[in-house]
Amino acid sequence: MTRIELTVNGDKRSDEVEPRLLLVHYLRETCGLRAANVGCDTTSCGACTVLLDGRSVKSCTVLAVQAAGQDVVTSEGLSADGELHPVQAAFRLNHGLQCGFCTPGMVMAAVGLLAENPHPTEEEVRAGLEGNLCRCTGYHNIIRAVLAAADTQAEVQA
Amino acid sequence: MIPAPFEYIAAESPGHALELLADYGDEAKLLAGGHSLLPMMKLRLATPAVLIDIGRLEQLAGVQADDGELVIGATTRHADLAAAELVRAEAPLLAYAAAQVGDPQIRHRGTIGGSLSHADPAADLPMALVALGGSVEIQGPGGSRVVAADDFFQGFFETALGPDELLSAVRVPRRPGVPWGYQKFVRRSNDWAIVGVAVVDGRIALANMGATPLRATAAERALAEGASPAAAAEHAADGTSPGEDMHADREYRRHLARVLTRRALEHQTG
Ligand SMILES: Cc1cc2nc3c(=O)[nH]c(=O)nc-3n(C[C@H](O)[C@H](O)[C@H](O)COP(=O)(O)OP(=O)(O)OC[C@H]3O[C@@H](n4cnc5c(N)ncnc54)[C@H](O)[C@@H]3O)c2cc1C
Ligand code: FES
Ligand code: FES
Repeated sequence: MTRIELTVNGDKRSDEVEPRLLLVHYLRETCGLRAANVGCDTTSCGACTVLLDGRSVKSCTVLAVQAAGQDVVTSEGLSADGELHPVQAAFRLNHGLQCGFCTPGMVMAAVGLLAENPHPTEEEVRAGLEGNLCRCTGYHNIIRAVLAAADTQAEVQA
Repeated sequence: MIPAPFEYIAAESPGHALELLADYGDEAKLLAGGHSLLPMMKLRLATPAVLIDIGRLEQLAGVQADDGELVIGATTRHADLAAAELVRAEAPLLAYAAAQVGDPQIRHRGTIGGSLSHADPAADLPMALVALGGSVEIQGPGGSRVVAADDFFQGFFETALGPDELLSAVRVPRRPGVPWGYQKFVRRSNDWAIVGVAVVDGRIALANMGATPLRATAAERALAEGASPAAAAEHAADGTSPGEDMHADREYRRHLARVLTRRALEHQTG
């Protein structure tokens, strides 16, 4: 077992983990945070996407021990005091989800994308979400949601 | 899918990583971004007893200029390579190739050293290094050495790296303004090339046309002798014997190599 200290959704944690424990299982089972889903388990679908030190990563392909000393954010960590994050709110408003399985990963990929590129074009949103699969929506409303979120974020900052 | 158990050690420096490699020998593997190694460990195609994590060694990351070459640290992540101003200005093909790897999440984790050491013949960065005529710096128990790209890739997932060695940096010539072209044929976004072609200043490299990234020497020769891009590209698959899989049979890959080489030559930027 290896002791890891890290921050998850703003909370400092210290846990004994097996080195082979994947970050997604650490989040779901040790921390009880169920937003990040395991879809493909092969780095393809993006359902397990979380932010690691501010950058989107697929947590099915990161070891919990690799996250030691870093800052992890899941979809649960985005909303403060019951207020949805602008990206979450935009997904809801624009019908950016149906079954919702891909959504926590889509939202985190979108948050990561907007952090790197606050004013993306539609093309850049499509390319920026290429690591996330959705089997329901056909993507159009997801793209709309991310573009709308970029606009709201710009308004909030203005 | 859960990897088999292993011991995890975060290396404190490149020297520490080398000591650990010497201590554990064949039982150990270096872990950089983990985006080739962890998928193999989850499938239990790889079962190292010890993982030596070099992924967060600052000494091994970043881009610097050294006379006529750019020196890129082994643990520089694909996203940082793609965004590095120096690389975009002076070796734009390499920055572009890094931006073609997988998807954003993969580029936030994977490293250039890991990609080259893994030596997948279908991968983007090995082909780019061959096209650029770059080299790699290797550190081992006996000191360090520099190996040219053409000699580094030795077979299917095989390189000049010994089990007790570490790839510490990548060197590419600084050549702002030199024309380059890049073509990657895929059926799904985030995938490896079914066939890839990278062209820089008359050098042509192919991905997934054999056990290693290859030079299209017959096409290079034709170009040097004054053939048109279209005529030179007809020789792009000469002497190759690519593998077959669900994406493409041998003849189709050879066809793709010719078509993509023509496109790469005809649509050069720089
Ligand atoms: C879904 C998916 C899609 C992908 N698509 C593409 C693609 O389109 N194009 C592409 O090129 N690649 C693709 N990749 C692979 C990706 O580029 C990997 O990041 C890269 O191949 C490995 O780099 P890494 O840092 O993650 O290495 P790791 O997985 O950490 O290591 C890989 C191997 O190299 C060894 N190693 C690592 N660093 C060193 C070093 N410094 N010295 C010596 N040995 C070392 C390790 O021991 C291991 O054997 C994809 C990967 C996935 C999972
Ligand atoms: S579960 Fe991680 S990418 Fe699909
Ligand atoms: S909403 Fe069902 S997979 Fe995306």
